[in-house]
Amino acid sequence: MPRLRPATRTTLVAWLLLSPALVLLALFTHYPAIATVWRSFHSTPRGARPAVFVGLENYEAMVADPIFWTSLANTGIYAAATVPLSMALALAMALLVNAAIPGRGLARLAFFTPTVLPMIAVANLWLFFFTPGYGLIDRATSALFGWGPTNWIGDPQTALGAMIAIAIWKEAGFFMIFYLAALQAIPPTLYDAARVEGASRWTTFRRVTLPLLGPTSLFILVNAVINGFRLVDHIIVMTRGGPDNATQLLLTYIYEVGFRFWDTATASALTVVLLVMLGLLALIQFAALERRTHYR
Amino acid sequence: MTNPRTLTPNRRQTLAGLAAAGAALAAPAVHAQGATEITFNYPIAVGGPITKIIDGYCEDFAKANPGFRVKPVYTGSYQDTLTKTLTAMKGGDAPSLACLLSVDMFTLITEDAIVAWDDLPGSDKGWLDSFYPAFLENSRTGGKTWGVPFQRSTVVLYWNKDLFREVGLNPDVAPASWDEQVAFAQKLTKREGEQTTRWGLQIPSSGFPYWLFQGFTTQNDVRLMNPEGNQVVFGDPRVAEALKYWVDLSVVHKVHPPGIVEWGTTPRDFFERKTAMMWTTTGNLTNVRRNASFPFGVAMLPAGKRRGSPTGGGNLYVFKQANPAQREAAARFARFLTTPERAAQWCIDTGYVAVSPAAFETPALKAYAAEFPPALVARDQLPHAVAELSTYDNQRVTKALNDGLQAALTGRKQPAAAMGDSQAEAERLLRPFKRG
Repeated sequence: MPRLRPATRTTLVAWLLLSPALVLLALFTHYPAIATVWRSFHSTPRGARPAVFVGLENYEAMVADPIFWTSLANTGIYAAATVPLSMALALAMALLVNAAIPGRGLARLAFFTPTVLPMIAVANLWLFFFTPGYGLIDRATSALFGWGPTNWIGDPQTALGAMIAIAIWKEAGFFMIFYLAALQAIPPTLYDAARVEGASRWTTFRRVTLPLLGPTSLFILVNAVINGFRLVDHIIVMTRGGPDNATQLLLTYIYEVGFRFWDTATASALTVVLLVMLGLLALIQFAALERRTHYR
Repeated sequence: MTNPRTLTPNRRQTLAGLAAAGAALAAPAVHAQGATEITFNYPIAVGGPITKIIDGYCEDFAKANPGFRVKPVYTGSYQDTLTKTLTAMKGGDAPSLACLLSVDMFTLITEDAIVAWDDLPGSDKGWLDSFYPAFLENSRTGGKTWGVPFQRSTVVLYWNKDLFREVGLNPDVAPASWDEQVAFAQKLTKREGEQTTRWGLQIPSSGFPYWLFQGFTTQNDVRLMNPEGNQVVFGDPRVAEALKYWVDLSVVHKVHPPGIVEWGTTPRDFFERKTAMMWTTTGNLTNVRRNASFPFGVAMLPAGKRRGSPTGGGNLYVFKQANPAQREAAARFARFLTTPERAAQWCIDTGYVAVSPAAFETPALKAYAAEFPPALVARDQLPHAVAELSTYDNQRVTKALNDGLQAALTGRKQPAAAMGDSQAEAERLLRPFKRG
């Protein structure tokens, strides 16, 4: 066997080293995505009837489906509310438990607990929190504001808000850990310098802490956005998208169409919409925000 | 495998055969002939008493039927079980037997997933006719029996006898008509200023409101679908009338909580005395018996123009992918499960309705009913019961009705308009199935 040229050998080694990751990526990410696009142009195979090419028919049916638009609007509200609120709450909690307060360990534990619980357990827990009349939330609002019983998850006005609250409760503790780590990595000399300069606490936070949390914030933002579209387990357990589709998100609707109605063609078309949306968001995040983030 | 002419075993069967042969060589005394093992998907979310009962049945079956074994797989809720079973089937790995909702019959037929019981070895007409007709209504179509009733239920009314006494009602008499139901509930509802501290009546409307709603429609003397499963009548004025009665309970009479009432927390509301009466499944009977700290009664649902309730619960289905030996095992196991004695014990242990009249004639169930009469209410209601809503494209048609019901119950739409919308959507979905 002739000796390979060093350059060729390096390339070969590089490909070999890359191949496990490439194979996994192709198998579990690229192939399903392409297969989904392919299926979205075909009819649903049923029993003896195979799938046939139908062009854009699935997409036309989807656009004509009012529940699709409801779920799209709900997804927008859900993501737009959970992402900033859970990030802000995470930062506030991290600042709190980073400071020297009494019972710091206990507070950290309390903030982090929701993250450890499985989402299904969380959903069952909150089902009882939201029970009209004697649930925790109603007891609190009645003691504090004298409100009457509210049917939080049974009323279309409040159901989506209730689902958003649970998602934030679940997410914030997880993001707090990243912020906490980032806060502790900021060199204390910078704060000393700020104090020497006579900077106020707000200026210190705005000019020192916040910029140095930039990379962490970007990382958390990417995760929060993905979870904003992905975290729907509690909805499936608690409301199944109801009442009257008030908590129907794109992903819960995909699950319903795909695994309850067994209409894989329409579910594929819906998935393509979700894929395109997430792809665009990722592009915006990396292209626009990365440039404005300080890594040093 | 679906082609009976194919005698050459396919690769999977050959492999399975080799594996079985290996097992037989390793333990010749136990599996002299190589036992036929079938997988049985059974809907249970968590372990507990029912898992033990099913495990016990499988062991007893293996003892009584040498050469056949049943391996139960616990697959979560009914919905999860259907999802898992169909997904496995699409991967070529269907269980031989599964317990799925009776209303999934048309879905399973459309997916070409199941075989009719009539054609199976070891099944006969006498056995298939031995079940209550109300349960068979949802198990037969096109002259064939596709499901064998096993874990069946109906909707009944539970009431708190203490609270009846407190407001001056006879604690032993449940409301018998729609008017009485409102009148009783009015007496039982307790208000403090603006707030209601106790509701007279609670009927769950989360998740699957159509099932409870079928109580109202049947009582208003209308059937929601035809036996062929390709026509629904949500737009009928009697359906809107039934829905108006339900909506008015909270809007006009203010004896029922507004908005959507959660299925899962309704029994708890009953235990906490937040509601004096509730409609829920007979499957909750054992739960209520254990957890209610007050004397309670169980009654048939109150009558409108007539008495009525839907049946519900699960049937046994045999999958097409099962080979002839597995089909025989499935049929034997189903017969084993539905013998009167076993059906009676199942009824006592769980609260589900025993599926055949013969079961209620067994000494065990007679003795139990003498001690705990509510156990018989569901059976006595069966002559008034109708099949649970089931059509082609069932999940979607059901959703069309559920969305309309929830829209009316939350005040977004008027009952008649909501049912009109549900009808239009269902018509659109069922069009492909009317061509025959």
